[in-house]
Amino acid sequence: MSIAGTSKDEGLTAKQAWGLVGLLAVAVLLWLFLAVWPDELVAAVGPKKVFVNAVFNGVTVAGLYFLVASGFTLVFGLMRNVNLAHGSLYLLGAYIGYSAANWTGYWLLGIAAGMLSMAVAGVLLQYFVFRKLEGDDLRQTLVTIGISIVAADLMLAIWGGNTYQFIIPDWLEGAVATPIITAVKSSGETVYMNYPFYRLMVFVAAVVIGVALWLLLNKTKIGMMIRAGVDDRAMLSASGVNVQLIFTAVFAIGAGLAGFAGVVGGSVLSVAPGEDVRYLLASLVVVIVGGMGSVSGAAIGALLVGLAEQIGLVYFPTYGVVLTFVIMVVVLAIRPQGLMGAAR
Amino acid sequence: MMEIESKLGGTNMSLQRKAIMALTLATAFVAPTLAMAEGTIKIGTLATLEGPFTVLGQDGMRGVELAIKEHNGMAGGMKIEIVKGSTDASPDSAVKAARKLVEQDGVQLVVGPLSGDEGLAVKDYAKTKPNITFVNGTSGAQDLTLRDPAANYFRFNTDGAQWMAGLGDYAYNVKGYKKVATVAEDYSFPYSQVFGFMAGFCKAGGHVPSKSWVPIGNKDFSSVIAALPDDVDAIYVALGGADASNFLSQYQQAGGKAHLIGGTITVDQTVLGSEGKSKDVVIGTPSAGPVADNNDSPAWAKFAADYKAAFKDGFPAPSLFAHGYYVNTKALLLALDQVKGDVSGDQSKLRDALSKLSFDTPTGKVSLDKNRNAIADIYLSEVAKGADGKLYNKVVKTIPQVNETLGQDEAAFLKLGVANKDNPDCK
Amino acid sequence: MSITDVPAGPNAFDRFFQQLGTGQILLAVALVLYPFLVSPFFAFQIGGQILILGMIALSLMMLAGYGGMVSLAQLTLAGIASYSVAIFGTNSVGLMGFGWPWWIVVPFSILIAALVAVLIGLISVRTSGIYTIMITLAIGTAFFYFATQNHSLFNGFAGYRGIDAPTVFGVYWRDPIPFYYLCLAVAVVAYGLVLYCARSSFGLALQATRDNPRRMRAIGYNVTAVKVFAYFLSGLIAGTAGVLYAWFNGRISPGTISVGEIIGVLVIAVIGGLRHPIGPFLGALVYVLMKTFAIDLIGAERFNTLIGLVFLVIVFISPDGILGLWEKLKPHLAPTSLRSS
Repeated sequence: MSIAGTSKDEGLTAKQAWGLVGLLAVAVLLWLFLAVWPDELVAAVGPKKVFVNAVFNGVTVAGLYFLVASGFTLVFGLMRNVNLAHGSLYLLGAYIGYSAANWTGYWLLGIAAGMLSMAVAGVLLQYFVFRKLEGDDLRQTLVTIGISIVAADLMLAIWGGNTYQFIIPDWLEGAVATPIITAVKSSGETVYMNYPFYRLMVFVAAVVIGVALWLLLNKTKIGMMIRAGVDDRAMLSASGVNVQLIFTAVFAIGAGLAGFAGVVGGSVLSVAPGEDVRYLLASLVVVIVGGMGSVSGAAIGALLVGLAEQIGLVYFPTYGVVLTFVIMVVVLAIRPQGLMGAAR
Repeated sequence: MMEIESKLGGTNMSLQRKAIMALTLATAFVAPTLAMAEGTIKIGTLATLEGPFTVLGQDGMRGVELAIKEHNGMAGGMKIEIVKGSTDASPDSAVKAARKLVEQDGVQLVVGPLSGDEGLAVKDYAKTKPNITFVNGTSGAQDLTLRDPAANYFRFNTDGAQWMAGLGDYAYNVKGYKKVATVAEDYSFPYSQVFGFMAGFCKAGGHVPSKSWVPIGNKDFSSVIAALPDDVDAIYVALGGADASNFLSQYQQAGGKAHLIGGTITVDQTVLGSEGKSKDVVIGTPSAGPVADNNDSPAWAKFAADYKAAFKDGFPAPSLFAHGYYVNTKALLLALDQVKGDVSGDQSKLRDALSKLSFDTPTGKVSLDKNRNAIADIYLSEVAKGADGKLYNKVVKTIPQVNETLGQDEAAFLKLGVANKDNPDCK
Repeated sequence: MSITDVPAGPNAFDRFFQQLGTGQILLAVALVLYPFLVSPFFAFQIGGQILILGMIALSLMMLAGYGGMVSLAQLTLAGIASYSVAIFGTNSVGLMGFGWPWWIVVPFSILIAALVAVLIGLISVRTSGIYTIMITLAIGTAFFYFATQNHSLFNGFAGYRGIDAPTVFGVYWRDPIPFYYLCLAVAVVAYGLVLYCARSSFGLALQATRDNPRRMRAIGYNVTAVKVFAYFLSGLIAGTAGVLYAWFNGRISPGTISVGEIIGVLVIAVIGGLRHPIGPFLGALVYVLMKTFAIDLIGAERFNTLIGLVFLVIVFISPDGILGLWEKLKPHLAPTSLRSS
């Protein structure tokens, strides 16, 4: 061994070590998914079908949470506005989408209606309300709380306390076979897992929109201005950009996404009073964990929250629901800027 | 924005002056409205008119109004005045609303509340107001009357466990389900429903290998559905309202194959009436409860017709909430007739009349046991599709005059213990 | 007495009475006479509720106004004290209920709440502004869900019933008039404590920490200790209010500390104003009156809209709540020449 080689024998660097761990984790996950589980594993953890289903559900509901939270994080990141009425936008979009879909009979029209109406609502909110409260964070937050209280009650007045189920088009209905084996029957026949097609589509939609958002933020001029505004709003204004227009556009996008998520989520999880609080809390956790203002952070946060929720529901039903908030508290205490957020 | 006022003297004085003005304004509300017109009896109602259960509370109020309308707004020669109290299904709000009705609005009688835990809280409050008579709305908690009852609390509707009478036996012997898994929410009303079902099912010889308790407010049941054992014959689902709708549609989306058995509010009109594809998976599901949509008795037909005529914005058929509040209010009015409207003093005459009351309701005869709990008929039904394409509950059997201990010996029944997550058990 | 002796000036007690204006005396008299002027319902249900909720909002105001930390976990602290009273005292659910005497249960519950407040403070001390709001909201929500799901300690959704106030010196303290005076006395003490703290060296340090933590650190203050101690004090106040709340309701359940109620405490504090300790009580007055009588004014169904609109209007017009409104109105009310300051 030559002298030049000895310095490398100090072992792995931290980055290499993490990389190996990551590879190992991926390998284990792949095996868990694709292989037939041995009996000891089934006895310890439960049937494979349950585990795979929980993970799939976690990932697909993460898609939904990402859709809702991405708008929230953009609005906060850029305008430092914690819009606690974001859940109300979700629910209102769902209700309007439902009424539209019900009236015309087309679910896709419902989606369009939900999205567009909420985008308009976002523009109105930004123009009439938040523009006047510029710079006063606490007051903005309080105003959004007040708006959410009033909105929730008015929605209850208009649409009542009934639960509404969307009628999704036939081509989205039903379950599809996945290439994941859940069991091998005594006859040697392998049983493949079925999974609802609609949920897979929700995930696909979330990925598509996530990619579109990334492209918007990173490859367009507007995106560049938004990112600049997130970093330093004063500079953005000083460089001559019409900041109010950007703010309004971002709020419209964020609110529109919430409305879109309302219809999409409402189709699988129904529309009822109380959903606004639920999705607001979920968005808060996702955005805190992922980092305010970061779309990729929202994706990671959504994955974490979605998986924690579903796995908790199956394996720790009693306290699973507390888990999401414990995650949030831990992240806030240790790394307040979130996993992908910039240090403040 | 957060500067603290450090000036002494002048500023503080003005603040206190403002506080005095506010206090004086408050004092303007001084006297409770005890003054009422001659010959009026004030009845306070407790129903969930806020929050997600609003639609149920509204139907309950329809039941109250229907009963009073039938009596022409009078009872015992006195005019009936309703004072509405609103709760949001939390026990705290029920007690606050009850307090306001009794202490501020000066009602002499109270009808309500709607949900199980609210009922337990109101029962405790009733014990502190021995001169006011409380009649239940639709609160279905067993322990409202089974354990530590209040002498001034009357329940003319059956409790959550009674509602399941006969279903367990029917599932085992008639439908042939030997192994059943349960899915229910994690609080007291579903506990009593599962208790009532299992009391009959286990006694008949059935087995319940798995019980899933879902946190309240959870909307996503797909993981729970996937975790259900594959080798059960049926799944007993004791969810209500939005949760039931979600479960059914997610079950259908996941391609679930096992049969379903419904709790009382799992396949009631609020769920069957909501749009969606969940309809197909639900047809043929047996359930049990105090009402059945297509009860072909003339009394029910008249009740349903009156309900539809009086309330254009109501459900296609009266729900068990409308029915429960209706029966309880009617009992109160009948008793008032008997004592000629005497609600003075400790209302002992009225209480006496209520204890001995037995009358015909749209769902058969009702009378009270020694704990002032109802003995009434229970309907076993199966979901069917009507001629108009709408789903409804078709009566298959009537279990007559079910009492609080489900026909079993009282001591043995009490020994089964309080209904909770682990009790009863028959793996 | 030598020439160098300075004549003794008024001590703190004398100064306090010098500052008392007629307005304050009138208020004190009105508060004391209040239960005799109104019905028992108003004394107990309205008066007691205002004082208790006002105290919880006071603990929030102290942290937010003086410390710049808007903590939404104050109601949770009160709830913990209430649960402690149920668990260590007596209750009628058949769970826990160790039956300790009230003079052990009360201080013990308050202490537990204060210790949990320290814990929350330690967790939240690294956050500021909006993040403090969110972490305390998350803690409050997590505790709510935990209490709903846990049956061995918290008895789940049903909670504890049958919590009773003690009979001390022959007085049953849950009777309307004694209870009102008990709440009044405790509220006055809490109010005085907060007012005193604001002007004490601790209070000044806290406010300085709010304004510029870096400078405080530079001159040697342990900023974390100052903030955590503030949480401890707020926990004492909220915990005391929690004990009273348990006696007031006779019960404690997750519904008392739900997200809606947590927001309600924030609404109270903001409506009243975060600048002076009287603010929370003013806010509680408006909130309780509206909540109790909205059903008579506009029907039970829409009172949430009413409260939300009032809240919105106040936040829009006057960021400092009723106190801020008063400040704005004052110059128009008194003739210039007669104003004392």
